[in-house]
Amino acid sequence: MKLTLKIWRQKNAKAAGGFVTYQMNDVSPEMAFLEMLDALNKKLVEEDKEPIAFDHDCREGICGSCGMYINGHPHGPVPAITTCHLSMRFFKDGETVWIEPWRAKPFPVIRDLIVDRTAFDKIQFAGGFISINTGGAPEANLIPVKKEDSDNAFDSAVCVGCGACVAACKNASAMLFVSAKISQFALLPQGRIEARDRVRSMVEKMDELGFGNCSNTGACEAECPKEIKISNIARLNREFYKAY
Amino acid sequence: MSKVVFASISKKFTMALAGLFLITFLPVHLAINLMLLKSDPVPFTQAAHFMATFPLVKIMELVLFATILIHVSYGIYLQIVNWLARPVGYAGGSKSETSFFSRFMIWTGATIFTFLVLHFFNFYFVKIGLVKGDPENFYAMAHGLFKVPAYNYIYLICFSVLGFHLYHAFSSAFQTLGLNHRIWTPVVKTVALIYSIIIPAGFAVIPIILWFFR
Ligand code: FES
Repeated sequence: MKLTLKIWRQKNAKAAGGFVTYQMNDVSPEMAFLEMLDALNKKLVEEDKEPIAFDHDCREGICGSCGMYINGHPHGPVPAITTCHLSMRFFKDGETVWIEPWRAKPFPVIRDLIVDRTAFDKIQFAGGFISINTGGAPEANLIPVKKEDSDNAFDSAVCVGCGACVAACKNASAMLFVSAKISQFALLPQGRIEARDRVRSMVEKMDELGFGNCSNTGACEAECPKEIKISNIARLNREFYKAY
Repeated sequence: MSKVVFASISKKFTMALAGLFLITFLPVHLAINLMLLKSDPVPFTQAAHFMATFPLVKIMELVLFATILIHVSYGIYLQIVNWLARPVGYAGGSKSETSFFSRFMIWTGATIFTFLVLHFFNFYFVKIGLVKGDPENFYAMAHGLFKVPAYNYIYLICFSVLGFHLYHAFSSAFQTLGLNHRIWTPVVKTVALIYSIIIPAGFAVIPIILWFFR
């Protein structure tokens, strides 16, 4: 199939960027979206042009690095998948595809479609961990945990930190990410011990980095490739009130 | 201490509480307004007189004004922070599925606030003597206003917008307060829908009846 791609190109963090149009004439519907970009890059290299820079690593939906904003959606128009899982069969012959980097002040563009997501790491370093020395794995059933709690904790722990929630939110809010990181610990007895400090520090860091405020719009939940629910945000709010 | 005061979640907490307070005030105002439909001006005038003079109500009036100010100023502040958080927008637009009215809260809010200013000029400023008029005769003043077609159009538009604002606001406040529940959240959403239709409709019914049927 034939596609017109409008891709954001930007030399570096300081340069002014702009959209460049590329014509792709032989895209197979069996291709993955990233393979389609690989094909375009191969062509660009052969033509002695600068290839398009985009983040990717595992290409199996677990590292969270492949975020890009495709036709008005983070990770493209198909729900609950990362860009690397997006297939070209979801596009129509002759379609124009807009490909943009995440847009948020705390996620500055480094180059083309790559943004700097260190802001998420900074939030994690502020408290998204349990500070004990890890020894050997203890017997799992020593501390009883309600099935529902362990399920919910696991469901929030699947967050891959890709940043789609921030990209989707009209306020560029990081609340879904932070709420997932808070919830995965808040629901488990091991996580309760530092719960108070954790939520205080992580929210403080989130605010400091310039993310917007959650207005309960729900775009994050609709776009999250890991289907993290906004009920986590209500839990984050509760944890925050409890901490003060 | 300053950390909790300036935290984003605290500001939203305050906004949500203020909003819920305003939500409880609307039915009271509506109950009094509905007395305008009686051809006898006495009940309405008595109620208006009571609201203007009873000490506890006067205290509540101050609380109400403070609440409006807090809700509005925090709303504007948070909105500006939100705009600043995305300096460059998306060329391909945003097609994410969202709760529809949540996207326009600042604009529906601004519309309601504009109406409130008009409302103050029409009534409250008369009551405190800033604008001339008879504060003991709000019944006639209201009836007079509802004869002006332009006023009725503005009134009906503003109250529809109020409904849009309330629909998102109601359930959103609960989420912000951390009150999310498998069973109760859908109930809150249903109540929000009913409330955001009934209250504005109740207000709108008054000019419609006075304008078309009297
Ligand atoms: S490349 Fe790892 S999630 Fe897509």
